Amino acid sequence: MRELDVRQIADAVRDMCIKINYELSEDMQSALKKAAETEKGELGRQILGILEQNLEIAADDSIPICQDTGMAVVFLEVGQDVHFTGGSIEDAVNDGVARGYTEGYLRKSVVRDPLDRVNTKDNTPAVIHYSIVPGDQVRITLAPKGFGSENMSKVFMLKPADGAEGVLEAVVGAVREAGPNACPPVVVGVGIGGTFEKCALLAKKALTRPVGSSSDKPHIAALEKEALARINELDIGPAGLGGTTTALAVNMETYPTHIAGLPVGVNICCHVNRHIQTTI
Amino acid sequence: MEKKISLPLTDEMISSLHAGDMVYLTGTVYSARDAAHKRMIETLEEGKELPFDIRFQTVYYLGPTPAREGQVIGSAGPTTSSRMDKYTPKLLDLGMKGMIGKGKRSPEVISSMIKNHGIYFAAVGGAGALLSRQIKKSKVIAYEDLGTEAIREMYVEDFPVIVVIDSEGNNLYQR
Repeated sequence: MRELDVRQIADAVRDMCIKINYELSEDMQSALKKAAETEKGELGRQILGILEQNLEIAADDSIPICQDTGMAVVFLEVGQDVHFTGGSIEDAVNDGVARGYTEGYLRKSVVRDPLDRVNTKDNTPAVIHYSIVPGDQVRITLAPKGFGSENMSKVFMLKPADGAEGVLEAVVGAVREAGPNACPPVVVGVGIGGTFEKCALLAKKALTRPVGSSSDKPHIAALEKEALARINELDIGPAGLGGTTTALAVNMETYPTHIAGLPVGVNICCHVNRHIQTTI
Repeated sequence: MEKKISLPLTDEMISSLHAGDMVYLTGTVYSARDAAHKRMIETLEEGKELPFDIRFQTVYYLGPTPAREGQVIGSAGPTTSSRMDKYTPKLLDLGMKGMIGKGKRSPEVISSMIKNHGIYFAAVGGAGALLSRQIKKSKVIAYEDLGTEAIREMYVEDFPVIVVIDSEGNNLYQR
């Protein structure tokens, strides 16, 4: 059993909130750079140039990359031999988010109730997903999620007979419908299988996988490739103004499912796809 | 085509702009997004006046990050315009001329734009750091309690936008 003070978690969350809103991870930076080289449309290339410049200005002037600094989504993988001390883990995560968003000059975008819509003024609470894993460490993955693209995300309850082609149509259809609203070029997280809620969670998790990596299952890796190719033929392009770069990546995650079902979650993220990880 | 425009807009300027034009705006714009729109419409329904004279003005769908000391404003890119669609025809009827946002508009908004001779610009979504450099002044003029969603009067210089829907209803997103 390892004792771990929750303040360490709070401090780590604070630091990650700030870092990732000012500087994208390496995989996203290089994906955008590569897109600027391969985009065939002139206006598309111009927009991608603006996005690259925006990243430089964010770092140089200490201004968040995007004004939508997101709702904080936190994946906590907790080793089963960890014993938390010093308070509640949930409070610690929210304390980290509150300090990160306040001290980091990030936008407070969370309302306390979906209908009365009063701002909580410190961007809490976070959305926290816990899992228990072997070992005595805690892995924290933070993904602040902007809602321009979150609003264009979908869950489809397909039939087993729809198969891989049905999955492709669902994914490409969601991106087509999102069009310019989701701030393309997008990253598409797809969860296939499980249940209604499991596929949505897998889709969210897929967005935190490095852009440029492939599924380790060959038939899923092939599906990712095919979905990306079809999406980039939609001519939505950077900022929705046309071009060959509508998505930077399609990341798919799968889970066993029921004999009667084929759930598919499609979580769309804009080009400011923020994800950062640390292990304590 | 690239054009420079001084705000406030006039009907002549609007007629000269077409879907696809790259435009650099200089002058005053007002920030307002979801909560401010809701409150403006409620204010009108109560028979009261809007907190600023909206005639010939341009509204920027924006909720910025907080400014650090010495900065005019934080990150300041456009939010998705379609969430304002429900409220927009009423504001166009009152004389609002320009809108800056990103993404699609409803058929009701587009017909109201044609009727009222309005124009819809898009700024590049997710380029909030870059766009903030073109905002030279910013002050909250109403609904301060809404935080980032308050109404701000802002002075912009060479603020880069693209005409997405012009006053004749031509739509760059429908190529």
